Amino acid sequence: MSSITELMPFIVLIPLIAGPICALLPGRALPWLLTTVSMATAFVLSAMTLAAVFDGATLSYAFGNWAPPVGIEYRVDAANAFVALLITGVASVLLPWGRPIVDAEVPERQGSFYALLLIALAGLLGITLTGDVFNVFVFLEISSLATYGLIAHGRDRRALLAAFRYLIMGTVGATFLLIGIAFLYILTGTLNMADLATRLPSTEASRAMQVALGFIVVGLAIKLALFPLHHWLPNAYTYAPSLISALLAATATKVALYVMLRFIYDVFEPGYSFTALPLSAALMVMALGGMFAGSWLAMMQTNLKRMLAYSSVAQVGYMVLGVSLVTLAGLTAAFLHLFNHGLMKAALFASAGLVAWRCGSVRLEDMRGIGREMPWTLTAFALAGVSLIGIPPTAGFISKWYLISAAMEDGQIWLVVLILITSLMALVYIARVVEIAWLQPRPDDAPAVQEAHWTLLVPVWLLVAANFWFGIDTRLTVGGASMAAEALVGGRLLP
Amino acid sequence: MTVLSFFNYWAVIVLMMIGYYCMIVRGNMIKKIIGLGIFQTSVFILFISAGKVIGGATPVLREGVDVYSNPLPHVLILTAIVVGIATTAVGLALTVRIREAYGSIDDDAIDAVEGDDRA
Repeated sequence: MSSITELMPFIVLIPLIAGPICALLPGRALPWLLTTVSMATAFVLSAMTLAAVFDGATLSYAFGNWAPPVGIEYRVDAANAFVALLITGVASVLLPWGRPIVDAEVPERQGSFYALLLIALAGLLGITLTGDVFNVFVFLEISSLATYGLIAHGRDRRALLAAFRYLIMGTVGATFLLIGIAFLYILTGTLNMADLATRLPSTEASRAMQVALGFIVVGLAIKLALFPLHHWLPNAYTYAPSLISALLAATATKVALYVMLRFIYDVFEPGYSFTALPLSAALMVMALGGMFAGSWLAMMQTNLKRMLAYSSVAQVGYMVLGVSLVTLAGLTAAFLHLFNHGLMKAALFASAGLVAWRCGSVRLEDMRGIGREMPWTLTAFALAGVSLIGIPPTAGFISKWYLISAAMEDGQIWLVVLILITSLMALVYIARVVEIAWLQPRPDDAPAVQEAHWTLLVPVWLLVAANFWFGIDTRLTVGGASMAAEALVGGRLLP
Repeated sequence: MTVLSFFNYWAVIVLMMIGYYCMIVRGNMIKKIIGLGIFQTSVFILFISAGKVIGGATPVLREGVDVYSNPLPHVLILTAIVVGIATTAVGLALTVRIREAYGSIDDDAIDAVEGDDRA
């Protein structure tokens, strides 16, 4: 137990230290190897950490031996470890897949590309593990700045515009978070999350506290791409290099959601958060708006990656819907979908990346009849799509099932109807791709397309298999999600 | 007098609104980045104002002084300034690349070129 406490900070430190080294490495093989090895090591450490906190324990590591709350503390319970496992796991699977694709999309200076990737991941992991609110802001900016650079690596010139617009919106979001942190510090004189959680209830409720909560929620909603603050997301995911789209879709918005939950449930107590501001109603409206607008726009798209990006907006809606129920079951459903959606979107973006690589285009009109040329890739896409729609026995079904049960338990039957309608919309946009790829004839003048090499298909199928595995054996996902929800609520009363 | 004694906070609000307005309304990307800088700076002032203790001396330990101002916000803001500079640098670098790619740094003009690109 104590040894894992000492090792746990290395989940962040390994990629953070490997990043600058990676920037100095020449060629293509070495930077990729260093990145993959660091993420695989971080994955093993995350798995060990999750195993150590699975019984409800909390690990605490004080940096530089400065005792918290004065020093910076890494504080890990089931909620952090669950999210860290998702990030490192998806990255470890996607990196072997991404190597030839990065060779094609970013032919030069791969050292600095992989360095940015490592720093972005280190930032995301830092946000996840830290127990200090100012540290959250710093890591948020570290990961965001690296992400802007990574998105700008896309071959299309529109990637630059997408990166710039994301930079403006992302910085506003992070600065909002900083304003919220400033108010918290002014009110309590501490930045440590656990310390804030004990001091805030005894602090007299004031307008300043309300404003702090508001700024933090809105700032993180921007990073989370919660409708209607999602405008940066579709272009960023569409024009970024395929590896980055897949990684961001699986991890970045999830981390923002985790921090938001940490603030709402742990730093502020839920009894305050949901009564000081009409958070439950506001989150529910935005979640439903995202579910419908995202699914609707996904149905309208002619670009496969943009379609998946809008689908992400819709899926973020499901997670936030679970949060807005303000029950333990709803929070469990949110964590469950956070994990499962990471798996399914990684699989979908990974197979879309193979199409982009072999076919040179992700426009649906260029994909006619491609299913017969690349059967393994498109079958993986279709099966991951089944998980996205939520058909048993997939991970997507499990998370929808828990979300619907949480809504029923809360007596909100109308939400179940809305969830089913948006699931049908997902069926429409996934089926459209399958129809175009398999049933339409390949145009005679279309360039010949070859199936990707099996070494690339293995990681994609691994992700697809994970979607089915976690649809049948839910010990890790449901167990982890309910432990995470309980760790956040921590026995406090929900309003 | 109460209004004047909150002078810092009024400055914060005014600067924040100027920066925010500049970011939203201006099409020129350099002006957007300038707006972003002003917006961030206003938050720095908010933080630093909170560190002032009335009657407190500069936080350097010495004899005969009992009350010190709080140095922690300054240290935090030093970090935030570095973050702000990095953001500005990345923003400017992207602007240079956008100018090379499009021959313009005006959001509206570029939108006219990328007409089918709106979400």
